[in-house]
Amino acid sequence: MSSLIELKKITKKFGGVTALNSVSMDVSTGEVVGLIGDNGAGKSTLILTLVGVHEPDSGEIYIRGEKVKGWTTAKARDSGIETVFQDRALCPQQSIVWNIFMGKELKYPFGLIKEKKQIAEANKLIREIGFTSELIDAESPVGNLSGGERQGVAIARAIYNNAELIILDEPTTALSLLETQKVFDFVNNVKSTGRSVLFIGHNIYHVYDISDRFILLDRGEVVHQLDKEDVKSSEELMKVMKAAVDKHH
Amino acid sequence: MFVFFIGAPEVMIKPNLHQSVFIMLPVIVFMVVPLVFVITSGEIDLSFASTFGVAAYVFALLVKLGIDPLLCLIIGVISGGIIGICVGGLIVYGRISSLVASLGALFLMRGFLFVASGSKSITFVEVRDHWMYELLVGKFYGFPMQIFWAALFTIFSYYLYRKHVFGLHVHHVGDNADSAAQMGINVNRVRIGVFAYAGLGAALAGIFSSLVNFTWWPTQGFGYLLLALAAVFIGGTPTWGGVGTIVGAVFGVGVVAYMETGVVAIGMSGVWRQFFNGLIIILAILGHRFHGTRIR
Repeated sequence: MSSLIELKKITKKFGGVTALNSVSMDVSTGEVVGLIGDNGAGKSTLILTLVGVHEPDSGEIYIRGEKVKGWTTAKARDSGIETVFQDRALCPQQSIVWNIFMGKELKYPFGLIKEKKQIAEANKLIREIGFTSELIDAESPVGNLSGGERQGVAIARAIYNNAELIILDEPTTALSLLETQKVFDFVNNVKSTGRSVLFIGHNIYHVYDISDRFILLDRGEVVHQLDKEDVKSSEELMKVMKAAVDKHH
Repeated sequence: MFVFFIGAPEVMIKPNLHQSVFIMLPVIVFMVVPLVFVITSGEIDLSFASTFGVAAYVFALLVKLGIDPLLCLIIGVISGGIIGICVGGLIVYGRISSLVASLGALFLMRGFLFVASGSKSITFVEVRDHWMYELLVGKFYGFPMQIFWAALFTIFSYYLYRKHVFGLHVHHVGDNADSAAQMGINVNRVRIGVFAYAGLGAALAGIFSSLVNFTWWPTQGFGYLLLALAAVFIGGTPTWGGVGTIVGAVFGVGVVAYMETGVVAIGMSGVWRQFFNGLIIILAILGHRFHGTRIR
């Protein structure tokens, strides 16, 4: 498997606090990587750095083996990385269609929006991901949707852009069982089409079920990496994780 | 407006009144419509009232130098845009609140105008003979031409606001700037963009106003500061960002402009004018409250 994205010795400080300390990791084509760690381990900082929201203080980022410079969110999206952020990254007062195409609008030359096409595509997408209510269409404001439905809009955005790597940051937080299952189905679906997923969670059972490989983060450092074959159950993964964290302290 | 029609039908059906309103109303439209972009982006601009004066000053000086008025107009409008970019840049890169930064710019530029002009006005009757005068602010079957230009500007702005990627990004930034940044929108550039547009609009307003009067004077535009902002809010754009209406703002300008003459027309003393302006603003904002609250 070839490496899709690779981070080398990424360090990120906020004031005097080191959020990430020389973190190296990679995600290959077609695999689901679970990033685990306690609250404050640096998971979110790592993701935000990986997708260009934060600029690392030092370290290198490689996309398909090529080193990138001036990494930004726009560049990350252009390279086929889509993120479903923890806070969903939605604009609640705007319509579903505007949210789905936010930052990657379909446009004519000179920047006019292909409005009809966007609405048609958005309506198709929200039916695909299971919006059944007749009351909701592409032009409804996102603020009127439930938490699970908002998650659906964020995922629809990632689907539409045909990302090669989809990053899900705590995607099952505050979701019902049924909605959580939907997220799992989505991840399996992405994997079956040969694309990659980076799955972040603090619910170790969720992460265990879905991932091929685990990266364990503690206090801004990668303390352990292991494949699914190395552990037999989520309980065992928990034990390994605890041991690694204890050793690290 | 309705009240005025009932209160003083004989005045309100006279074309004179409407004509006098329509001469200055388009000028206010140039200023107000871009402000909808600023408010929607979650910022506020006060500097436009001085940009109005600076751009008109640039225009007046160049005309006096004997340069072709059309070229003067283009340079004047561009100067407004540049001022907007500077104000926006100050807010974005200086990390100053837009209220404070634009307030500072408002007084700074006005002060500059007083100093530079020696508090003297500039008259340029010679533009009357230029073809551009008739085209921009002349009369077309009795209608002031500036109505046509203001309408064109409004339509352009409507498309920019609702159907163009810039307008969409303005909505996103005003709604949730963090989300917009996470989705790859260049938030800084959008913020500077709205101030640049406000500068362009104010410059157009200033130059049109000078053309109508053949005169530039040092305090020009200053009186529009609060009226223009009032028009945006009366029109239905809320203060919190993310949503707004261009068409509403134009109606807001209508309300404000008619308030000026209407109050007098129904026989009340002109001193009531500001009282009614205030009343309408409060009623309009209360109206939005009942009409719908912010969605989160």
